[in-house]
Amino acid sequence: MAAKPSKILTGDNVFSTVLMLCAASVLLIAVSMVIVMTESSWLSIREFGLGFLVGQVWDPVKGEFGALPFIWGTIMSSLLALVIAVPLSIAVAVFLVEQAPKSVARPLGFLVELLAAIPSVVYGLWAIFVLAPILRVHVQPALQAVLGWLPFFQGTITGIGMLTGGVVLAIMITPIITAVTRDVLEAVPVTQREASLALGATKWETTRIVLSNASSGIAGAVILGLGRAIGETMAVTMVIGNRPQISVSLFDPAYSIASVIANEYTEATGDLYLSALTEMGLILFIVTFGVTALAKLLIMSVANRNTPRH
Amino acid sequence: MRRSSCVLIILSVLLAGCFSGRHSRGDSIKIQGAGSTFINPLMQKWVHEFGALEPSIKIDYQSIGSGGAIKQVKERTIQFGATDVAMSDEDLRSAPGELLHIPVILGAVVLTYNLESVKENLRFSPETIADIFLGKISRWDDERIRADNPYVEFPPVELTVVHRSDGSGTSAVFTNYLAKVSPEWKEKVGEGTSPAWPVGLGGKGNEGVTGQVKQTPNTIGYVELAYAVKNKLPVAQIRNSAGNFITPDFRTVSNAAAESVDIAPADLRFTITNAKGADAYPISSYVFVLIYKDQQQRNLGDALVDFLVWSLNDGQKNAQPLLYAPLPAEMVRRSTAKLAEVNFQGESLLASHSGEGK
Repeated sequence: MAAKPSKILTGDNVFSTVLMLCAASVLLIAVSMVIVMTESSWLSIREFGLGFLVGQVWDPVKGEFGALPFIWGTIMSSLLALVIAVPLSIAVAVFLVEQAPKSVARPLGFLVELLAAIPSVVYGLWAIFVLAPILRVHVQPALQAVLGWLPFFQGTITGIGMLTGGVVLAIMITPIITAVTRDVLEAVPVTQREASLALGATKWETTRIVLSNASSGIAGAVILGLGRAIGETMAVTMVIGNRPQISVSLFDPAYSIASVIANEYTEATGDLYLSALTEMGLILFIVTFGVTALAKLLIMSVANRNTPRH
Repeated sequence: MRRSSCVLIILSVLLAGCFSGRHSRGDSIKIQGAGSTFINPLMQKWVHEFGALEPSIKIDYQSIGSGGAIKQVKERTIQFGATDVAMSDEDLRSAPGELLHIPVILGAVVLTYNLESVKENLRFSPETIADIFLGKISRWDDERIRADNPYVEFPPVELTVVHRSDGSGTSAVFTNYLAKVSPEWKEKVGEGTSPAWPVGLGGKGNEGVTGQVKQTPNTIGYVELAYAVKNKLPVAQIRNSAGNFITPDFRTVSNAAAESVDIAPADLRFTITNAKGADAYPISSYVFVLIYKDQQQRNLGDALVDFLVWSLNDGQKNAQPLLYAPLPAEMVRRSTAKLAEVNFQGESLLASHSGEGK
C-alpha cells in the first residue's frame, strides 16, 4: 500500500521529464536554426546591413542583393491567397457541418482531406498546364474589361504572375483551412444550436452564433493556412513568373522568398551570393514568425472581446 | 531443438553470403561524384555500363547542380565533380589542391518559341536575340525580326520572353553567348548562372520554361538541345559567325567544338560559343569533369582515371542516343592528354593504366 504511490510518482516523474525534453527540443531546434542561419548569412548582413531589406536589385552577376521585391511578393501572394481561400473554406466547412446530410458530408470531408495531402509540385504542374491557361483565356481578360481602371488589373495578360500564384496558393490552403474549421465547428456543443433554434432563430442566425463561438478556432485555422502559403515553394515558383519587381498589378510577374531560395541555391557560387540566399531564409523565418505572432495577437484580442458576452 | 538448428542454418547461410560477397567483390572501390544535372542521364548510363565492365568499381553520381559540385569538390567530399561552366580563377585559388577540367561531352542551348500563325522555322541573328532578351524588341512584327525572316508573315502581337528562374548552366551558356555577340548585353547584364534578366517571365527548369512557352502564345525562350528534341519543340536557326543560319543538332554542335580546338587554352577552361566555322552551331558548350591533379589514394585515382578514359572513348557512343553531342576526335585527344596529368605521388595514373594493358 505504501509502495504504490511512490511507484506512481516515479512513473509520473519519468513521464513529465520525457515530455519536457520533447517540448524543449522544439525550442532547441528553433533557436539553433536562427543561430546557424545568422552565422552563415553574416557575410551578407555585414556587407549590406539594413539596406538588404529595402534593396530592390537582385543581381548575382554583379554581386548586388536586395530583398524587398521578394518580401513584397511573399506577403502579397499570401494575402491574396487568404482573401480568396478564407471565405471559401468557411463556407465549405459550414456546409459540411451545418447543412449537408451525412451521406454527402462524409465523402466530401474525405475529399477535402485528400486535397490537403497532394504534394505541392503536383499543384504547380497542374497550375502551369491547366490553371494558367484558364486564367489567361477566360478570367484575366474579363477582369481587365470590367475592372481595368484599377491599377491591380493592368498590364500584359500572360497567365503567369502574382494572380496565378495567389490563386494556386488559395487552392492549396483551402483544404487545410476547411478541414480545421470543420473540426472546430463540430466541437461547438449541439446544445447551443438547439437553444438558438428553440428561441426561434433561423438556420442562418444559428450558423452565425456557431461561427462566432468558433471564431478563435477558425482564426487558428487561417493562421495554419497562412503559414503554408508563406512558406510554399514549388507551386508558386512554377507560376509566379519569378521576376524580382514590385508592381501593384496582379497580372505582372513577381517573386517570393521561398522561390528564390529553391531556384538559386543549388547553382549559387561565391560566398556572398550563398550568404545572401541564407539571409533570405532568415528573413522568411522572421516574416513567418512575425505574421504568426501578429495573427495570434489578433485572435487573443477577438477572443477577449467575445468572452464577456457569454 | 529443431528451432535452434533452423536458426543455425539460417545464420550460417547469411554468414556464408557475407563472406562470399565480400570475397567476390575483392577490394571494391567506391567513387563518389556529383554535379551538373544536365549530364545526369548520360552519367547514369556511363556509370551503369562501366559498372558492368568493372564490377569492382562502384561509382555513385548525384545530380546536385554544377554550383554544388564546385562546393563539394573544394571540400573534398566527392572524388569528382561535373560542371557546365568552368570554375572561376577565384574558385580555383580557394581549392585545397590543383583541379583539372576534363571536357567529356557537348551540349547546346536552343531558342524555342510559340507563335501560332507561323509554321516555318524561324531564323535569328545574334544582335536580334540580344535585343529581344534586353527588352529592346517587344513585338513579333519588329523590323529586325522581319529582316532575318523575309518570307514569314508576322502577326502584330507583343513578344514575351521566358527565361530560366533557377540557377542553371543553360543560362550561363546562353548569357556567355549573348555577352560575346552584344557589347551592350555584356555591360548591362553580363554572364552567369542567375543573371538579372532585363525582361521576361522566369520558368523553373527546362520543364518550367517549356511549359510557359507552350502554354503562353507569342513567347520565346531557351532550353537545352536534348530537351527540345525530346519534346519536339520548334527550334530556331541561329546565324553563326560565318554568316550562315544553322539548325542545332549533334553534327553542328560537334562541328563547333571541332572548329574551336585551336583556341583551347592549356587548362581547357574555355567556352565555344560563337565558334567560327561555316557549319558550327553558335550556342554550344562543354561539360567538364573536375578532378584533383594530385590524387591522395592510389586505388581511387586509378579507378577514376579508368572510368574517365573509358567515357572519353567507348562512352562517347552513348552520347547520341541520349541526345548529347560527342566530342570531336581532336578534343578526345586533348582531354586524354589532360587526364595524363592526374598522378599519385608524381606518377601519372594514366601511364600506369595503359602500362597494365587494360
